[in-house]
Amino acid sequence: MTVRQSLLAMLDEGPKYGAQLRAEFEQRTGATWPLNVGQVYTTLARLERDGLVVSDGEDDAGHGTYRITEQGSRAVAVWFAQPVERDAPQRDELAIKLALAVMVPGLDVRALVRRQRAATLRALQDYTRLKDRAMDDPDELPWLLVLDSLVYAAEAEVRWLDHVETRVARAAEQRTRRARAAEAPQASPVAERVR
Amino acid sequence: MSTPRAGAPVLELRGVSRVHGAGPGAVTALAGVALDVPPGQLVAVMGPSGSGKSTLLHLAGGLDSPTSGEVLVEGTPLSGLSRKALARLRRRSVGYVFQDFNLVPALTAVENVALPLELDGVRVREAQRSAQSALEELEVGELADRYPDDVSGGQRQRIAIARALVGPRRLVLADEPTGALDSETGEQVLRLLRRRVDAGASAVLVTHEARHAAWADRVVFLADGRLVDESARVDDPSVLLS
Repeated sequence: MTVRQSLLAMLDEGPKYGAQLRAEFEQRTGATWPLNVGQVYTTLARLERDGLVVSDGEDDAGHGTYRITEQGSRAVAVWFAQPVERDAPQRDELAIKLALAVMVPGLDVRALVRRQRAATLRALQDYTRLKDRAMDDPDELPWLLVLDSLVYAAEAEVRWLDHVETRVARAAEQRTRRARAAEAPQASPVAERVR
Repeated sequence: MSTPRAGAPVLELRGVSRVHGAGPGAVTALAGVALDVPPGQLVAVMGPSGSGKSTLLHLAGGLDSPTSGEVLVEGTPLSGLSRKALARLRRRSVGYVFQDFNLVPALTAVENVALPLELDGVRVREAQRSAQSALEELEVGELADRYPDDVSGGQRQRIAIARALVGPRRLVLADEPTGALDSETGEQVLRLLRRRVDAGASAVLVTHEARHAAWADRVVFLADGRLVDESARVDDPSVLLS
């Protein structure tokens, strides 16, 4: 879906050919989400079928270019105007891994969390270095925004991992307390006698 | 002071502990902390509040003394220094940036920044020239004659950082330096700290935000007064399962 909307949004700026669309997409997003040319042409064919773009002949170098239709421009305006839906969360390997790990007997979840946090922090350091390089170049603004997004997501993950560590530790304490309470009736004859 | 060996740590903490109080009510703020910060390195210290982050910074800057262990700045053990020599080392080698700025309200920006140099015997005119260039480096040169209460929070923090960086200081200690700033100004401040470190200084940055710690070369964690360096890679995956 995003590929379709992105190509359409770039075509709204003027006619372009497939490889050009791919290059522009990667330049703006820093190749964070690589596109292959096949994907671009398949998507363009679908957009053409749906009447959102039309073939616009060849440019001087012989590239087959596409031009957006009025209906296509309207679709772009609608895309920008509407918030991105958040109702279907993307599959998150880390959340799934922890949800499964927490029930595995003998698995050191705290060590898993700490190791993950170190790895996420390393990624955060890498993004920050890239940001530092991109910050002085006004043309890099789109890429900088993508990097900011990665930075904030990684930071949220670190905070979530801090929280997981505390929650898991507390749950372990509770389990111990409950186990002790369950053993208590056996000790109660003494308490009965005292009473 | 003797010239330090090239590449030798600018800051060294050797088995540093700090216990407040004595007897059963004693509180251990730091327990056996070891940390080396070589030139050109920015180390971030993370950890929950009460984990000993600020204590570590105070000890590193000679504002507090350890109960046991040793703190060395540019190879000099702080415990061996007279009060006067310690004050001199603090002025010459160590710059501080605190959450609450600590600027003197009765002095202008340039006077605030020049203060540590003047206290160290640098002539007023020369100190003010260095101060002015430090302010310019932080893009607040035009505020030189303004008083701290007359400028915004972000500007005040830049002035405080200029004061920490003025002159040839090689160790910068920063305690949540972006606390009062908006996210973009905060980022600029960290970037300036980064530049200073890239130019050869060493710095310790205390923060509870991973996004800020990410400007560092190394991130260490304090938990209950103990240091955990999580950046060390573990190669054997079987250690997770007991």
